[in-house]
Amino acid sequence: MHPLAEKMLRKSALPSIYCPGCGHGTVLNSFLRAVEKLGIYENMALVGGIGCSGWTPVFINTDTIHSLHGRAIAMATGLKLAQPKRKVVVFSGDGDCVAIGGNHFIHAARRNIDLTVVMLNNNIYGMTGGQVAPTTPYQARTQTSPRGNPEQPFDACELARAAGATYIARWTTAQPAQMAKAMREAIEHKGFSFVETVVQCPTQAGRYMYGTSSAVKLYEMLKDNSVKASKAGELTPEELTGKIVVGRLLQKTDRPEFTEGVYGLSDAKGA
Amino acid sequence: MNKNIEIVQGNEACVRGALAAGCRFFAGYPITPATEIAELMALMLPDHDGAFVQMEDELGSINAVVGAAWGGMKACTATTGPGFSLMQEGIGYAAMTETPCVIINVQRGGPATGQPTMSSQQDVMQAKYGSHGDYEIIALCPSSVQEGFELTVKAFNLAERFRVPVVVLSDEIVGHTREKLRIPESVEVTPRTAPMAPPQEYQMYKVGPDGLLDGMPQVGQGYNILVESQAHGEDGNRKGNDIVTCARVIEHLCAKITDHAQELTDIVTLDCEDAEVLVVAYGSVVRSAKHAVRLAREQGIKAGLVQLRILWPFPDEALSRLAASASKVVVPEMNIGKISREVQRVLGGQVKVVSLPALGGELHTPQKIISELGS
Amino acid sequence: MNRIEIDNDFCKGCHLCIAVCPQEVLEISKVRSGKGYLVPRVARVDDCTGCLQCEMTCPDLSITVIHDKGKKEADHA
Ligand SMILES: Cc1ncc(C[n+]2csc(CCOP(=O)(O)OP(=O)(O)O)c2C)c(N)n1
Ligand code: SF4
Ligand code: SF4
Ligand code: SF4
Ligand SMILES: [Mg+2]
Repeated sequence: MHPLAEKMLRKSALPSIYCPGCGHGTVLNSFLRAVEKLGIYENMALVGGIGCSGWTPVFINTDTIHSLHGRAIAMATGLKLAQPKRKVVVFSGDGDCVAIGGNHFIHAARRNIDLTVVMLNNNIYGMTGGQVAPTTPYQARTQTSPRGNPEQPFDACELARAAGATYIARWTTAQPAQMAKAMREAIEHKGFSFVETVVQCPTQAGRYMYGTSSAVKLYEMLKDNSVKASKAGELTPEELTGKIVVGRLLQKTDRPEFTEGVYGLSDAKGA
Repeated sequence: MNKNIEIVQGNEACVRGALAAGCRFFAGYPITPATEIAELMALMLPDHDGAFVQMEDELGSINAVVGAAWGGMKACTATTGPGFSLMQEGIGYAAMTETPCVIINVQRGGPATGQPTMSSQQDVMQAKYGSHGDYEIIALCPSSVQEGFELTVKAFNLAERFRVPVVVLSDEIVGHTREKLRIPESVEVTPRTAPMAPPQEYQMYKVGPDGLLDGMPQVGQGYNILVESQAHGEDGNRKGNDIVTCARVIEHLCAKITDHAQELTDIVTLDCEDAEVLVVAYGSVVRSAKHAVRLAREQGIKAGLVQLRILWPFPDEALSRLAASASKVVVPEMNIGKISREVQRVLGGQVKVVSLPALGGELHTPQKIISELGS
Repeated sequence: MNRIEIDNDFCKGCHLCIAVCPQEVLEISKVRSGKGYLVPRVARVDDCTGCLQCEMTCPDLSITVIHDKGKKEADHA
């Protein structure tokens, strides 16, 4: 076991539930690196949603809440308000975060509450066996879109931006060092920070959508399809179809943070 | 007037009770007839170093409450029918993860949007059985503004002691009635206590000899807690496929309440000593039941009142004892006759149980109850 | 020379580490782990530049690169 795993994983919860080659594991790996470098292992609390992705914080030996499907951000909101000084990080699948939990997601962004949400996007419902997600590409085949997905997907980063998030980044498992760095920036950022991690799901998305269960092939697709945000501007919408724009997409400090606002109220009243 | 006595509405009494009991977190969503609770919490919590948040819906509210509870705060929410329905999955989560929290349901007429401004007691079964799966909760029913205060304090205390979601089943009548509230000099508060076991030895869900858990750890105390909603072993890790462990979890969630039924009996009686006919009532219906019993006595009917202040767990033993020499029990309630079935279950073989439902939002008149007592 | 450790107890044989290594240091072995996964092996350790791609990608945190100078973690943390 890697020394970081030795130090930070919850041994009683291992082995992880991830299938071999599941990209969620690379996100876990990146997160441990981010935590180590920031030195926040003793000063964090994690909340997971329900889905393969939601198990991620359960494997970490810290204060962890494994919540309900879609409710991780709501629980984290209460937790953060109770412990404003603690770094609170949410791990949520694409279904968990922008389907069933979409309302909490946009409202947490709107409040600019100081949470970090890591969305593990495998473009599918992994845990339930490969059904269509709000991130599944148009016309893609899944178990509940057997004749092709008639729906358009969300771009979760744009959703976060429109809702008021103040830090946004997207990376794939093919850029683990950048992913870890983005997590560091997100955790250090004061306000609602969002890191979309695009990951391979060999078992469900691979099999049904991409025609291969090979983690390696899926990884290569992610790598080949990644386009740096700085380059994306030069491409036409047609050229960008099927591409994954990666990089830091937003960082700003012009919006007040919610928890500070809540605890500032009693002073403000006298003024 | 004594400065400790104020004229307030029932909803405000619940807020005052919550704050007196140490509530420092409220998450809610506006809904008639519970909205005043959120409004007052928004106004008052900041001066108690607490936090108020109006969430985007009731799903968010109950889950934020759970999160705050693990963050170390005593936490509550308030709602009514439609919002209470939305909260059920979260209440089940709190039951499964043994999260102390308080849910105030100021009942209105249902189902669906139903009767937003009219009172009811239609959610009594939902309070007990609303979430899926087997578990037990505690529910208290205030019948007056004073009880709104007292039973909310008690709800917080019981939530801490039993590590369980506690429902205050108020209703529109109690919530919106303005009457005297005497705020006591001091109230007895059950503090949140950290586990006795040191972090290295601590097991999240290890049940003690009293059937309860060892204290309540919070985030940041070094326990590396794992709050897990799947059926879990003592260390908190999922044991979803382990038949023995899963059976034990459910038995524990139920037994920690039912095995303490005596401690969890809260009954107030009126004229029961020699009563031949008994009224069993809870919540706002108690108000007219009291009148009915007094008037019946004036008419020479040997009537008595049994008021259930804790509705769940149901006080089987105490009720059988009180009804031992009665020949008839009348159960007036503002629903289709839900608790009368519980009374029937407990007393069925012993006495005649008569259900007296009132639907549509109107409280029973004392006369309506008397006519059943005298017949 | 860098040292590379693979933990056969946790490795799930996905072979991502092999694919991401720019130096082709790793290859599939014939060894099956206790759980039946075909674990990778270090074939050309001399070629390892210590870039940590393998380590950072491994979903099961089962591969560790120990740099020549002895320090376990490079700056990619
Ligand atoms: C209220 C509710 N509805 C449905 C489910 C079943 N369910 C569990 S996980 C899941 C989808 C998970 O997809 P995603 O969030 O993308 O996570 P992944 O497994 O892909 O990592 C669903 C629908 C549930 N647990 N709760
Ligand atoms: S089903 Fe997909 S997302 Fe879930 S563990 Fe397996 S590979 Fe990962
Ligand atoms: S990436 Fe990790 S789990 Fe996959 S084969 Fe290599 S060492 Fe094993
Ligand atoms: S550290 Fe780099 S060069 Fe060395 S084995 Fe790993 S990927 Fe290959
Ligand atoms: Mg998914």
